[in-house]
Amino acid sequence: MDSLGTQFYKAFIKSGRWQLYLKGLGSTLEVTLFAALLGLLLGTVACLFNMQRSRRGKRTVGSVIAYVYIDIIRGTPTMIQLLIMWNVILATSKNKVLVASLAFGINSGAYVAEIIRGGIQSVDAGQMEAGRSLGLSRMQTMQFVILPQAFKNCFPSLLNEVITLLKETSIAGVVGLSELTHASDQVSSATYQYLMPLLGAAALYFAVVKLLSFLFGLLEKKLRESDLR
Amino acid sequence: MAEENKTLIRVVNLKKDFGSNHVLRGINYEIHKGEKIVLVGPSGCGKSTFLRCMNMLEVPTSGEVWLDDVQVNGPKTDINKIRQRMGMVFQHFNLFHNLTIMDNITLAPVKLGLMKEEEAKEKALMLLRRVNLEDKADAYPHSLSGGMQQRIAIVRSLEMNPEVMLFDEPTSALDPEMVGEVLDVMTELAEEGMTMVVVTHEMAFAKKVANRVLFIDEGIIQEENEPEEFFAHPKNERLQDFLSKVL
Repeated sequence: MDSLGTQFYKAFIKSGRWQLYLKGLGSTLEVTLFAALLGLLLGTVACLFNMQRSRRGKRTVGSVIAYVYIDIIRGTPTMIQLLIMWNVILATSKNKVLVASLAFGINSGAYVAEIIRGGIQSVDAGQMEAGRSLGLSRMQTMQFVILPQAFKNCFPSLLNEVITLLKETSIAGVVGLSELTHASDQVSSATYQYLMPLLGAAALYFAVVKLLSFLFGLLEKKLRESDLR
Repeated sequence: MAEENKTLIRVVNLKKDFGSNHVLRGINYEIHKGEKIVLVGPSGCGKSTFLRCMNMLEVPTSGEVWLDDVQVNGPKTDINKIRQRMGMVFQHFNLFHNLTIMDNITLAPVKLGLMKEEEAKEKALMLLRRVNLEDKADAYPHSLSGGMQQRIAIVRSLEMNPEVMLFDEPTSALDPEMVGEVLDVMTELAEEGMTMVVVTHEMAFAKKVANRVLFIDEGIIQEENEPEEFFAHPKNERLQDFLSKVL
């Protein structure tokens, strides 16, 4: 058994292995960013369709589609969705970042849709009535009044979703994407030691999450300006 | 005077059910241009529902509501166009929490393409000055008192140049010392000739401002009269009972 110092040396310094982690982290961040943006967009659209009702209170066609999307994505494992994307839907693509971003983005969108629904429902019904009473359409009131308040209300949950997303990308190794966890795995295989590579990867994930929380905190403070009494 | 007597809102056999609860059981009424109508009645009598049916915030179960020559609840009516002509003031003000006072007032006319932003802002400032709140243009609603918020809600409606203003218990959520400042604005508005339909518990305001007072109970208009007669010699037994409790 090597001493901790030697383990550290083998895991991070020998043959410039630290670069592997950084490259892995880069891929992780890349996929997380694209997936988060796609998830936010898809989630918002899916949420609005999901909540749509006809004049008689029945679901519209768009609403049914959105509901089925949310239902299926939340009801099946992310891993399987990723494998389907890689081996079936985009089987001809060799772009692993693209495949992973799409799979995670579509997955995240379903959760974001429900988060935003919660945010919208927490906005006082009087806000929509006021907008409508001035002659604004439902969509206009949504856009200018309800959604800005809804996003603010569900900000902590959205941060949670991004954090979950960041860590969930660690399964993208199964399609051969060299993200952070995969990088630490490679080092383990080369050195036959697990402690240092795993600790190193964990530390990097943790650092990114702390940074994200900090940035979201700043943004939230900005959004809360209108709440100052 | 011909113009003054023009019928602005016509309600024909208006009924509204919430499930098995028949809130409005057939209301017929005509509101003329320039009139100030006050609706009173016990809570749950349907007076707010009646008001909200006028601009389709509640969809009538049956019957007709007309604004001028347009059927408000007609199947092909663009309700957004109708609502631009009818201002509404709510019990809980409902100012947009995420927008400044100025943006609250200018949002609708600008987004609906009725005014340019500059023009809308200028008008908003003029209206804010009228209610002595021009220094609050950049504030957010939460930082203001209820009375201020309600005055601004009135300004927000006025910015649209409405032909009629609907007030749904505009002072019921206010601390007592703030009721006066809101009623003053409404009184001023009435004096300028605005057509107003007001649901309120402020009987003094009804006596002073109204042309006609309507007593609604059990979903129909039980009594309707000019204010002096309405309060001095109520004929309906329920109204007598109601007035004995609130006056």
